[in-house]
Amino acid sequence: MINDANYYRHGVVMWIFILVVSGYLCRLFYLQIIEDKYRRQAESNALVHRTKYAPRGLMYDRNGVLLVYNQPAYDVVVTINEMSKTGGTASVCRTLGIDWAQYEERMSEIKDVNRNRGYSKYTPQIFMTQLSMEDIAELQENIHYKYPGFAIQHRTLRDYTYPNAAQVLGSIGEVSQTDIDRDNYYARGDYAGRDGLEYTYEQDLRGEKGVEILLRNSRGRIVGNYENGAYDVEPKAGSNITLTIDVKLQILAESLLKGKIGSVVAIEPKTGEILALASSPTWNPSLLVGRKRSQNYDILVHDPTKPLMNRALQAQYSPGSTFKTVQACVALQLGGITPDRTFPCSGPGSQPIKCTHHHGSPVSLLNAIEQSCNPYFWLAYKNTLEKNGYGKDNANFREQYNRWRDCVMSFGIGHKFEDSDLYQQSRGSIPSTDLYDKWYRGTASWNSMTIRSNSIGQGEVQITPLQIANAAATIANGGYFISPHLNKADSMLNRRHDAKVDKRYFPYVQEGMWRVFEYGTGRHYKIPGISMCGKTGTVDNNHGRPHSLFIGFAPKESPKIAVAVVVENSGFGATWAAPIASLMMEQYLTDTIARTDLKQRISTSVTNTNVKTYNQ
Amino acid sequence: MLEQRTKYAIDWITVCLYLVLVVCGWVSVYGASYNYDQTDLFNFDYRWCKQMVWIAGALVLGAATMLIDWRFFERFSYLFYALVLLVLIVTPFVAPEIKGSRSWITIGPVSIQPAELAKIATAMAIAKFMNQYGYKVNSLKDLIVPFIMLAVPMFIIMVPQQETGSALVFAALVLMFYREGMTPVILLLGVAAVAFFVITIAFGDSPLPLGGGTWGITASMLLVLLVIFVFMLNNERAPKHAFIIAGISAGLFAVALVVNIWLPVRIDYVSIGAVVTAAIYLILYSLSHNHRNPLWVALFAVGVIFYSFSANMLMDHLQPHQRNRIKVTLGVTEDPVGQGYNVNQAKIAIGSGGLTGKGLGGGTQTKLKYVPEQDTDFIFCTVGEEHGFLGALFVLSLYLILLLRLVFMAERQRDNYSRIYGYCVASYLFFHLAINVGMVIGIVPVIGIPLPFFSYGGSSLWSFTLMLFIFIRLDSARMDRL
Repeated sequence: MINDANYYRHGVVMWIFILVVSGYLCRLFYLQIIEDKYRRQAESNALVHRTKYAPRGLMYDRNGVLLVYNQPAYDVVVTINEMSKTGGTASVCRTLGIDWAQYEERMSEIKDVNRNRGYSKYTPQIFMTQLSMEDIAELQENIHYKYPGFAIQHRTLRDYTYPNAAQVLGSIGEVSQTDIDRDNYYARGDYAGRDGLEYTYEQDLRGEKGVEILLRNSRGRIVGNYENGAYDVEPKAGSNITLTIDVKLQILAESLLKGKIGSVVAIEPKTGEILALASSPTWNPSLLVGRKRSQNYDILVHDPTKPLMNRALQAQYSPGSTFKTVQACVALQLGGITPDRTFPCSGPGSQPIKCTHHHGSPVSLLNAIEQSCNPYFWLAYKNTLEKNGYGKDNANFREQYNRWRDCVMSFGIGHKFEDSDLYQQSRGSIPSTDLYDKWYRGTASWNSMTIRSNSIGQGEVQITPLQIANAAATIANGGYFISPHLNKADSMLNRRHDAKVDKRYFPYVQEGMWRVFEYGTGRHYKIPGISMCGKTGTVDNNHGRPHSLFIGFAPKESPKIAVAVVVENSGFGATWAAPIASLMMEQYLTDTIARTDLKQRISTSVTNTNVKTYNQ
Repeated sequence: MLEQRTKYAIDWITVCLYLVLVVCGWVSVYGASYNYDQTDLFNFDYRWCKQMVWIAGALVLGAATMLIDWRFFERFSYLFYALVLLVLIVTPFVAPEIKGSRSWITIGPVSIQPAELAKIATAMAIAKFMNQYGYKVNSLKDLIVPFIMLAVPMFIIMVPQQETGSALVFAALVLMFYREGMTPVILLLGVAAVAFFVITIAFGDSPLPLGGGTWGITASMLLVLLVIFVFMLNNERAPKHAFIIAGISAGLFAVALVVNIWLPVRIDYVSIGAVVTAAIYLILYSLSHNHRNPLWVALFAVGVIFYSFSANMLMDHLQPHQRNRIKVTLGVTEDPVGQGYNVNQAKIAIGSGGLTGKGLGGGTQTKLKYVPEQDTDFIFCTVGEEHGFLGALFVLSLYLILLLRLVFMAERQRDNYSRIYGYCVASYLFFHLAINVGMVIGIVPVIGIPLPFFSYGGSSLWSFTLMLFIFIRLDSARMDRL
């Protein structure tokens, strides 16, 4: 119909078609090309990124004995959305050995977004963690058809060859939100080192997590690997660590400390390698593994003897007479005494510090160390500090005090070993002039007399067992130390710290310390055929009986081991600490204990009845 | 009249477009129903294998249609219409309930949806009626019969069969009526109805920044005021009245906002007041100047007021799921796991396709069954996801070319019957395309109608094939006419 009045309208109809299709194409252009969120949503819909956990690095002792390894463990995860609506709960409870109330509580915990920030009913949520093979065996068998929504995730937990060295090795635990915020490597449910070496070497031990990309259908069921696993990443196992610890020595140290509160530190002087680092009370490291971790941790936290505190690194004591060895070195260096200088001693009648031992007078340096003569070291300290007189406003005295402090600290005392891998060291303390100025309210209101207790290690001087062991190693080395450390691979030999005391003075102090074992307070614990050096310390304190301290090294000519022992509130240095140190040296130098009765006596003696043993 | 079978002028362009669309459709069905764990190449449990059978059948059907005498169609239009109506009436009684509707008749292995045939029969019957000598589309008497012809199957499909989507398709014929001379006002009113409905519902829940009330009605009223303003401005006799009306309205709003400082005022009621005032002004103007058009505008303004209220009332009376679908589409509510799930997943599927798509069989959204009805109503998702924007562009372009070709073909017919039928075919196809794709890309509420030639299933493919090839047959015989 050519002369149709409405012929023109076919154009309108065509334009309607063109406009609508064009409009749709614009919309499609927006959806497909401009907006990016749909691509991401499609991926989060369909792709499940399942973590493949990396096996954690193992730990060996210095002789290659395996100390820490991995045991398989299993987490039960649940995807709420996929759970059967019709029940099966009772059966799940029975299989996992929990009751209905626990089940309900756990479920409400999972669904509480405040407590479980990553909650989504479409993704697997951790229902129970760290189950053993036996725990999940039954669940595993029927998981696919009987328990929809539930799945088992493979994890690894720590296991230990020996029930020892808990404080050194540390433990692992689930990461907190803070950890996740700080380090984006972590995700919810990951484990990380919480303390000890596990914490220090977390980066090496953890390895690298892998990931498996799976396809999930709209019902949440996994239907296969994405692109046949082309984008999967295999986990990288963590690096193994060889420790400086000699496990036999460590076991001995812990057995000797049984029933006592205290610590033992043994160092190889030439290398700064820690041979043993024991703190008592302690626990079996397996106690802080797996599901029982939090419960056991709670018990340890609330134990009044504070087992969780690593006393070897964290406890601070007055060093007592053990400090006289360092004092001797520093007094010689600063000209307070000469090697042949003698002082008179009136025994218990001495002023202002009485002597606790009976010996001849006057007393030489070597005798003074051997007999632990208090007046000698007081006078040596006084002479050192007052060498240049007091001067105007005590300026000369203060200058000399600072030199003394500087020299003492150069033995590794009163500060942390910053280049060491030891976790949570205490600082110890050698008081600064500022501190005394504050205490005594003025720069001129204190003098060598007011701080005289420092001379015999009883005053404001505070050390940790590690520091005093290191001081012993420094003396053994004749004037230098390598910062004590636990990782054998991390050789720190080129990071040597020299004491600010001339090398020529050390033989005198070593000789004095040798005499302690030959004639002095340590003579009962000398090992025949080995030239041993040592120094006892008996430290008065406000908590009861004195602390028993001992430092030593052996053999004198080429020291292989330096030891420091502290037994809290137990008595004289010679009674407890000295035999323990002696046994440690015997074990390390002869690889056996000949004095089995001594070992037996010490390890079965209880000096503190509050000490509990935590052994499985 | 001698029978002349010699002039077979088959429009091969249309046939080719049809074949390309069918092949693309099969590829999409394959992409959507292909499974990762699928092992055998041919297995008639797979939908893409079944679809091959449907396609083969459709080709036979198309070829057979070409063999029928062209006069047959017009001659038997009414009979065919009557038969189909009969089947439609019977269907709800014999059909099993599938997803809430009774619209499928199962004969042996084949399921047929009579509603599909009803589209063809109605088009033929209306075309025949309108082909009568002296028919005038703008006379009420002549319009009422085609309207009833259309309304009867629509009613049967919507009410007893509960198949709203298929029923709405008949509304598409408004395009054909428009071409045949029906006043454009109906088309415009239709557009206005949709526009005001969308505005009223979409903004129905967003409160106004000042005073009381919501944006829904206020926005509609402001639009009406704008229409009145533009109309009066274009009124050659008195453009100044446009500004008078605008001034009165602005004054009303200003007073309301001032009063609102002390007393809370429902601004939406004020906007209605402004429209009523403007309407009264228009009526007075119309009476005093003896000028009729402003009267119509006033009537329109008042109509919109009632319409806006009834749109809200309609929403309140819809089924909850229908209300929700509309609200989700209009962006009033977000419901990605409930009513909005399908559309949301469809949008994700299409949106994740990017420029070139994820490759055939590589669509994760469709493959992992996130998109429901992925090989039937939501088949366009597969195109968008696996073949990207370029794939979608290609498919939509094919449809557009087909639609334009159909209009072109319809216009070259020498008789009204063929032309009207051609427009019916184009209108149906356009409606299916616009609703189906619009639904998938989230700008039309979810209405379950298939994408012609693409969606899996024999009933829809065969009926569209039949519908199209009847027209190709009619067109091929155009030289035989007078």
